Amino acid sequence: MTTLPYLLQRSYQEVPDKTSIILQYAGQADKPLTYRDLIRGANRYALTYAREGIQPGEVVILILQHGEDLVYSFWGAILHGAIPSIMPFLTEKLAPEKYHADLASLISITKPTAIVTYSEFEAEVRGALTEGDLVKHLILTNTIEAEAEPNFENLQGFKSSSEDIVVLQHSSGTTGLQKGVALSHRAVLNQLNAYSQTLRIDPASDVIVSWLPLYHDMGFIACFLMPVLLRIPLVNMSPFDWVRAPYKLHQAVSQYKGTLTWLPNFAYNFCAHKIRERNLDGVDLSTWRAIINCSEPVHIESHELFYEKFSAYGLKKSALQTCYAMAENVFAVTQSLLDGTPAVDEIDRETFMTQRLATPPVADSPSMKMTSSGHPLPNVKIRIVDESFNDLPDRTVGEIAVQSDCMLTEYFNRPDATEAAIKNGWYLTGDYGYISNGELYVSGRKKDLIIVGGKNVYPQDLESLASEVDGVHKGRTVAFGMYDEEEGTEEVVIIAEAETTVPSEMEAIADAIRKHVTKSSAIALRHVKVVDDKWILKTSSGKTARSANKEKFLKELGVDNDI
Amino acid sequence: MTTEIITPIAKFIAEKILKQPNKIISADEALLSSGLIDSFSLMDLALFIEDTFGIRVEDTELNAETFDNLNQLAALISSRKS
Repeated sequence: MTTLPYLLQRSYQEVPDKTSIILQYAGQADKPLTYRDLIRGANRYALTYAREGIQPGEVVILILQHGEDLVYSFWGAILHGAIPSIMPFLTEKLAPEKYHADLASLISITKPTAIVTYSEFEAEVRGALTEGDLVKHLILTNTIEAEAEPNFENLQGFKSSSEDIVVLQHSSGTTGLQKGVALSHRAVLNQLNAYSQTLRIDPASDVIVSWLPLYHDMGFIACFLMPVLLRIPLVNMSPFDWVRAPYKLHQAVSQYKGTLTWLPNFAYNFCAHKIRERNLDGVDLSTWRAIINCSEPVHIESHELFYEKFSAYGLKKSALQTCYAMAENVFAVTQSLLDGTPAVDEIDRETFMTQRLATPPVADSPSMKMTSSGHPLPNVKIRIVDESFNDLPDRTVGEIAVQSDCMLTEYFNRPDATEAAIKNGWYLTGDYGYISNGELYVSGRKKDLIIVGGKNVYPQDLESLASEVDGVHKGRTVAFGMYDEEEGTEEVVIIAEAETTVPSEMEAIADAIRKHVTKSSAIALRHVKVVDDKWILKTSSGKTARSANKEKFLKELGVDNDI
Repeated sequence: MTTEIITPIAKFIAEKILKQPNKIISADEALLSSGLIDSFSLMDLALFIEDTFGIRVEDTELNAETFDNLNQLAALISSRKS
């Protein structure tokens, strides 16, 4: 089996002039990179890693923004045989001391030997280093070796075997940064092979357009590794620019005849509500053949909003598709069929809530619409299991278990977490769902995880931050997500017990929680509720019962429990 | 004049963005750099300003350098209106 460096070498030799990535920047001309540019740029970093004495198999953390250096330093690590991992860049609203803590927590588990960043950011990174950690090299982007013809025979990455770990993927927050998903060359290539077959990829006509960040699996695999390795042109803009000008995605699709895009559910609502007609003059979306909804629960209403808004610009209804994916399977587990629209299963609400069964709707009784995530990829098997790992029949809700030839090797340096997640060769996803007609319907989560705008947030991280605020009873905080139909995503709710019952003081504490949590996690809170003693329900084990408190909160708000 | 601009914006931010209708936002309180308004809500604020005051706000202006508090925002709006 081949490895990633060989694929790069072949592209360099066979299609040097083909465009690989078009980088878009706000207020600047687009920057196209051919395979020659890409691999020569990567070679500069590979030579730099060699100069610094970084050994193949060592981890290199990349702390860079959208742009050429991020692309070159990543592929340079691949050519050198080092294991790259992309860390989010410090945003203006995140407090530097919290960023240090996050970085230190990543370093303590992942044990990288090198970090690549900008000279302007050097002090920030140094602040997170401690004596005794293994970070020996801080590589600044202005100290990179000069461009030279790649000497493929000397590059260390060509000695890697297909079982060697090629990349690490982390999710965000203290908890996420301590669990690096380690993927082998074999796993990555098996995923790309199976997924590109399912998507019927044609590198001669397909163009991927993406604003997704590269530190998240959807952007990293579907919109970075796949296009570069399979020679599909990629148009890439920064998430920071997209969120301020979402129409740029549509303009890029029109300009470059884009065919494929991946979006988290909230982005459908965001585009439908926030793009002005004046920014869509002359835009033609008829080439868009798949816009794939992935990484947070899919709501068919979001597809409908998106279609209503953009059908006038040539958008095809059949372009709206779904996928269920996770970093532990490299990326996609299932994908909806590209010929039609995803199946929608209308089921009886009561039977679903009380018996965990998906049954047909009953007259005069409330129903709910579940959207299919499609069929498993050809190399993936799915089971729905109960708590004793017994298979459940169709239309019965249980935990989704996944087995494939593209699973993670391990959580890097975390044998405990690896052992807990994989049972008899099956990865237990922590998600609930059911199967009907061979298609997967994802219905909820076993794990306590909030997904905001496609970003995974661990409630325990937010709870401990809220506990740090003066006037809050330590340990008496609870965080959970609440689906917001208008936004198409979960919004974060924090409830905190205060030491005071004076309303103005409670309001001030709510403000302080909002500021502290946002500064420390870059997650904006939608509801902060400060309550008096004994509001928060605890389980017998003393562990905060998030779902019970969510139910209580929703009841007080006068809202039905969401799914 | 400034009050006429600030009052509806403060109300919009408290009610629609922060979902704390009783919250008083002072005119010099940092909105963006403090994280009070996140990037997802910036577009909402821009659309509200465009609709309410009949001016245009460009996407390149949606950052803390252009405006970070209500006073700065009111000055920006006044200059556009005249």
